[in-house]
Order: sequence, then C-alpha cells, then structure tokens
Amino acid sequence: MGNVTRSSGEGGFVPPSSADFELPPIFGDNAYTTKPIFLVFLSIILISVFFILASRRAAIVPSKLQFAGESIYSFVRNDLARDVIGHDFLRFVPYLFTLFTFILVNNLFGIIPLLQFPTMSRVSFPYVLAVTIYLVFHYVGIRKQGAIKYFKEIMFMPGVPKAAYILITPLEILTFFVVRPATLALRLFANMFAGHLLLLVFILGGEHLLQGVIGLKLISPFAFIIGIALTFFEFMVQCLQAYIFTLLAALYIAGALADEH
Amino acid sequence: MQFVNLAAEEKINPLIPHTAELVVGAIAFILLFLTLRKFVAPMFEKAFTDRTNAIQGGIERAEKAQLEAQRALAQYTEALANAQAEAQTLREDARAQGASIIEDLRAKAQEEAARITATAQASIEAQRQQAITSLRTEVGTLAVELASKIVGESLDDAARQSRVVERFLDDLEKSK
Repeated sequence: MGNVTRSSGEGGFVPPSSADFELPPIFGDNAYTTKPIFLVFLSIILISVFFILASRRAAIVPSKLQFAGESIYSFVRNDLARDVIGHDFLRFVPYLFTLFTFILVNNLFGIIPLLQFPTMSRVSFPYVLAVTIYLVFHYVGIRKQGAIKYFKEIMFMPGVPKAAYILITPLEILTFFVVRPATLALRLFANMFAGHLLLLVFILGGEHLLQGVIGLKLISPFAFIIGIALTFFEFMVQCLQAYIFTLLAALYIAGALADEH
Repeated sequence: MQFVNLAAEEKINPLIPHTAELVVGAIAFILLFLTLRKFVAPMFEKAFTDRTNAIQGGIERAEKAQLEAQRALAQYTEALANAQAEAQTLREDARAQGASIIEDLRAKAQEEAARITATAQASIEAQRQQAITSLRTEVGTLAVELASKIVGESLDDAARQSRVVERFLDDLEKSK
C-alpha cells in the first residue's frame, strides 16, 4: 500500500520509513488481523508441525527429517544451554529452544518470498520475549538463592569495597532490572527493523529508478543487485540475532543460577 | 485511510508497542513453548538417551566379547601347552618302556643262550662220560683180549709179531 502511495506520488521518491512497518489490518479495523500477527501464528504452526513430525518417531538411527529437527534441537541444547548454563541445564532447554526457533523463523520471514516481513521488526514481539526472559531469570534466581539473598547479591555485590556500593548498587539494579531485558529486545528489534528498511530502500529505490528517465533506468539494476546481496546479508543477520538472543538468555539464566554474580 | 494519514504525519514511533501484538506475541510464544515442551523436547531427549544407552551397551557388549575371546584364547593356549607336555611325557615314557623292554629281551635271550649252552655242555659232558665209561670197559676188554692173544701166540720174529698185530687190528675192525 505504501508502495502505491509512493509510486503514484508526484513529488518523486519518498524514502521508506517507520510508516512502512505500520501495516493495516487485513479484515476491517480489527487490530488482530494485521500481517505481523498472521505471521506469528504461521510461525508457531510451522515450528510445531515441523518439530512434532521430526520428533514423533524419534529413533536411535534418525530419519532425514528427524536428523534435521534434531540438529537444531541439539544445537540449542548442547551449544547454548549445556555449555552456558552447565549443571541442571536440561530444564531450560524447552524454553531456550522455543526462543531460538520462534525468533529464527519470524526473522527469516523477512526474506521468504511473498511473506517478506520480519515479524521481530514489530517491537511488541521482542518486548514480549524480553519479558519472558526477565521473568525466567529472576524466578530461577529467587528459587535458587531465596528472594532476600538474591536481591541482596544484586544490590550489594560481594567482594566489593563498601564505598564502591554508592556507585555500583544503582548500576547493578539498573543492569538487572532495566538494561538487560531492554537491550535484548531493542537489539533484536533494531536489527530486524534496520535490515528490512535497507531492503526496502534498495528494492523500492530500484523500482522507482525504473520509472525514471533512460539514464536512471540503467542504474536501477545495480539497486536490485545490491538489494539481492543485502538479502543474503540479512539472512546471516537474522540467524545471528536469533542466536545472540538465545545465548544472552542462557547467560542471564546461568548468572541467576550462579552463587555469585 | 488511517495508515496513509499516519504516514503523512510522520509521527510514528516504532518503539511504542501495540496491544494486539503484545497479546498475540505472548499467547503465541506460550503456545509454542507448551507444544515444544510437551511433544518435542521429551522425544528428542528420549532418542538421545536411547542412543547413549545403545552406544554404551554396544561398547559393553564388545568389551565383554573381547574379554571372553581373551579367556578362550588363554584356555586354548593352556590346553595346547598341557597337550604338548603330555605328549612329551608320553614319548619319554614310551622311550623308557621301549628301552626296558629291549633290556628285558636281551637279558632273557642271554639267559636262554646260557641255558642252552649249559644244557649242551651238560649233554656233552654226559656223552663224554658215557664214552669214557664205554671206552674204559672196551679198552679193558680189548687189553685183556690183546694180552691173551699175545700170550697165546709165539712171538719170535717181527713178522709174526706184526701179523699178530695185523690180525688183532683186523679183528678189531671186524668186531666193530
């Protein structure tokens, strides 16, 4: 829709902006029928179906499908959960696995033809994920060490001179209760947002150049080529962001489980 | 349209979340989490456990088989050594027995030979005695006969004497 507005505009090229992420409801005015919301539901259906099929008859000698599902699962389980959390990692595997697959698939929607919208560029979804990790790592910290000891250790870091608490205590409180979840959410959101914006610039720009004079028409292929190259780059970023988000989630859980921060 | 108006106003802050998206995001995430935790993670974990067990079981079985093979080999080696030792003993026994048998036979043969020699000597002695006895009686008789003959004839000359002897010898021949 934005494209139509832009292309038909008399005032030349309007660069893509945050307005391009505000997609209108598909059915009437219902805010629950926007494209990102459908994409989120599509993602959980795809992930559930794929992994249930892959694991339904999990055997010692895996089928191709099982092997594919198992590779992703054991990547999260061994390389993220086990290596970061260590002892007692197994109970966090389902959560981290959900995080990883959910973010990965929704990110990849950004470059999948026809879908082409990274759900995580809508800041609400990263917020939700950050809230879950916020709840999880405080919960396990309180469960593990008791509420008083847990908060005391956050506020008064052991092994620090008393005078330093003036400086460190506010910083620690800020880190644990604001910065960690906020940076998690914003990093993911900003990467997806910026990536999608970049793709829009080059692809819509190329399209706009095609409508210009002959000289501009000759330039437009370069814009498309850069757009395609950026798509590959985006693929990398999308995988990386899913990995980083899950890795940091695991790190925070590990920190809450550790006796000393 | 609302969207176009918004775009035109350029007042959109992408950091402000939408209620609908927050609700849907939370529900979707929880649904996905529950599904994966209930249906996917346990199956994969079970497969991992089974695989670990299978590999461990395989290793244990292989170790057991190897141990058994080693034991069997030791048994065979021992049995072979025993058999060789036994054969050696048997051979030595047989050799000893053979030697003793030969010794026995030789002794028996010597004894037999000695016995035969003794018998022969005894019989020769007996015959000699018999011969001596018979010779003695015969020589006596002959001496008596010869003496009577000598006494009976006149033995003047040598011719006569030799005749007498000739005759005696002839008689001796004849009487034989």
